[in-house]
Amino acid sequence: MGEKILEINDLHVSFQTFAGRVQAVRGVSLTLNKGETLALVGESGSGKSVTCRSIMRLLSKNASIDSGKIIFNGEDLLSKTDKEMQHIRGKDIAMVFQDPMTSLNPTMTVGKQVAEPIILHQKLSKSEAMKKALELFRLVDIPEPEKRLKYYPHQFSGGQRQRIVIAIALACNPKILIADEPTTALDVTIKAEILDLMKSIQKKVSTSIIFVTHDLGVVANIANRVAVMYGGKIVEIGTVDEIFYNPKHPYTWGLLRSVPTLDDREDSLYAIPGSPPDLLDPPKGDVFAQRNQYALNVDAYYEPPMFKVSQTHYASTWLLDPRAPKIKIPQSIAARWQYFKSKKQSFKDKRG
Amino acid sequence: MSGFFRFILKRIVYMLITLLLISSCTFLLMNFLPGSPYGNEEKLTNKQREVMNERYGLNKPLGERYIIYMSGMLKGDFGISLQFGDQPVRSILSKRIGPSLQLGIQAMILGTSVGIILGMIAAMFQNSFIDAIVSLIAIIGRSVPNFVFAVLLQLLFAVYLKLFPIALWDKGFLSTVLPTVALSVSPMADSARFIRTEMIEVLNSDYIELARAKGMSEWRVAFKHGLRNALIPLITILGPMSVSLMTGSLVVENIFAIPGIGEQFVKSIMTNDYSTIMAVTMLYSTMLVTIILFVDILYGIVDPRIRVGGGEY
Repeated sequence: MGEKILEINDLHVSFQTFAGRVQAVRGVSLTLNKGETLALVGESGSGKSVTCRSIMRLLSKNASIDSGKIIFNGEDLLSKTDKEMQHIRGKDIAMVFQDPMTSLNPTMTVGKQVAEPIILHQKLSKSEAMKKALELFRLVDIPEPEKRLKYYPHQFSGGQRQRIVIAIALACNPKILIADEPTTALDVTIKAEILDLMKSIQKKVSTSIIFVTHDLGVVANIANRVAVMYGGKIVEIGTVDEIFYNPKHPYTWGLLRSVPTLDDREDSLYAIPGSPPDLLDPPKGDVFAQRNQYALNVDAYYEPPMFKVSQTHYASTWLLDPRAPKIKIPQSIAARWQYFKSKKQSFKDKRG
Repeated sequence: MSGFFRFILKRIVYMLITLLLISSCTFLLMNFLPGSPYGNEEKLTNKQREVMNERYGLNKPLGERYIIYMSGMLKGDFGISLQFGDQPVRSILSKRIGPSLQLGIQAMILGTSVGIILGMIAAMFQNSFIDAIVSLIAIIGRSVPNFVFAVLLQLLFAVYLKLFPIALWDKGFLSTVLPTVALSVSPMADSARFIRTEMIEVLNSDYIELARAKGMSEWRVAFKHGLRNALIPLITILGPMSVSLMTGSLVVENIFAIPGIGEQFVKSIMTNDYSTIMAVTMLYSTMLVTIILFVDILYGIVDPRIRVGGGEY
């Protein structure tokens, strides 16, 4: 893979609440390569958004980054002052938020909102910035851009507003674009349009994207690599093919099995039993053990390390330890691997 | 644009109807006031009273008097004062409206702008020491009546420090400072409280987060993106605030011996000076409905989502 652009090392983030200290992120390490799209998946409360907001240093006041490093351009973002962060935010690292209906300022024209970061970071005059805003509107396919620049957010639909939010994020050609569930609040057809837009934009401007989602369909559509998060940790990371066709972590199995497929033969949709761990008092050992039908004794005592599956594929489960007993992996998951291999073979045959 | 003008026209018609209703009600109610406009009533003989009633037209039936009065008012004639040496009410009031209006406007501007700044600072440093101080100021300003501040200001700045005149309306702008400050305390407290609450909510909203993600400093975020949105609910209370300012100024005008409308109003009610009561009521009502119209227009300027009549301005 290409050059590293961002590296997170052993990040720990916690929130002080009335109930106690919630350890939202507990030792996340990952790298983002130039030009790639990394998907962060996991259920609510797994620490995806908190990880992203830590990169932007946009956590709420009761949050504290307890330890870890976030290296960008050879410098640790966590040791930067607020002022220094302001020069990075919106310029080098930009963010797209979840709900386009509330992400835009209702009392300011959208043109001004798009021009704002350009004026701020590139020190352009108002009229020059407006010209760039117009280009951005064309880039994100807003019809009649000249006229629409002067409109207010309430005059746009949800999908168009998300296009505008994306235009704001792209305003200063950021090196990293963090998209925090940008399609979750949109309906299915609009979701597909926004994903297509993001893909085509990435080709044009070659920025690296961290894409947070809990929608595996979206992941398959957009990502190069996938990091699966659970209980504030990354439990499995690999390329899209590795995660979708050769998953190693039982949690990933559960996630994949709970997505209905066209050739599903089961009567009812699979759901992972139990509920996510209480991060006020995280369990000892493997976080997923309580909900894991393949849990081993060792899971209750020791946290599994990241086992290497391939150069790009790592998973944190004791099942990968050479001493672990052989288990029968779920039929539908095993079938994925067979399907993938045969597809590859037929692809090779066709070429051959 | 035409939608906007149609809106204004419609509102002005409604305003005139409102004023007509207010004047009719006041005219009727005034009739039930005990006593007569003549200060030395017990010394008057029946004959004298008849002559006087004849002269002022008070012997005519209520309906007829109403028609006479209203037709006069439409021509801008508010009659003559029964109290002040038969001067036309119009000239009495036009002399006195200046000070009241000036004080009201100055107090409103001072009060809301200081209140907005205090409220914003309190919201940005929520739960800090500064926040507590602002809340304290707001509570004191809201609960202590303005005439108490008026007297305290007189004592401190006029008696001890001798910076401003203690009373009267003869030193130009200097004379207006203390009454303006005294009057501005309650709008200041109200707007500080409002802006703080609103700003806290606004600062937690998604578009503020997006503005932060653009790399803007916290102050810039608060002023450029927060303030305008936090102002919207404040506009709602501008109307009631100006009303309480107008009525509240009655006492403050008295304390500072300012020849304003408020003082005149109290006197005219106590002496059954019918034509003055009517004129002052109409003056206050006109001001109020105008403020309400102004507030509605202001809404649209601040919040593009509720621009009236679909107009763009």
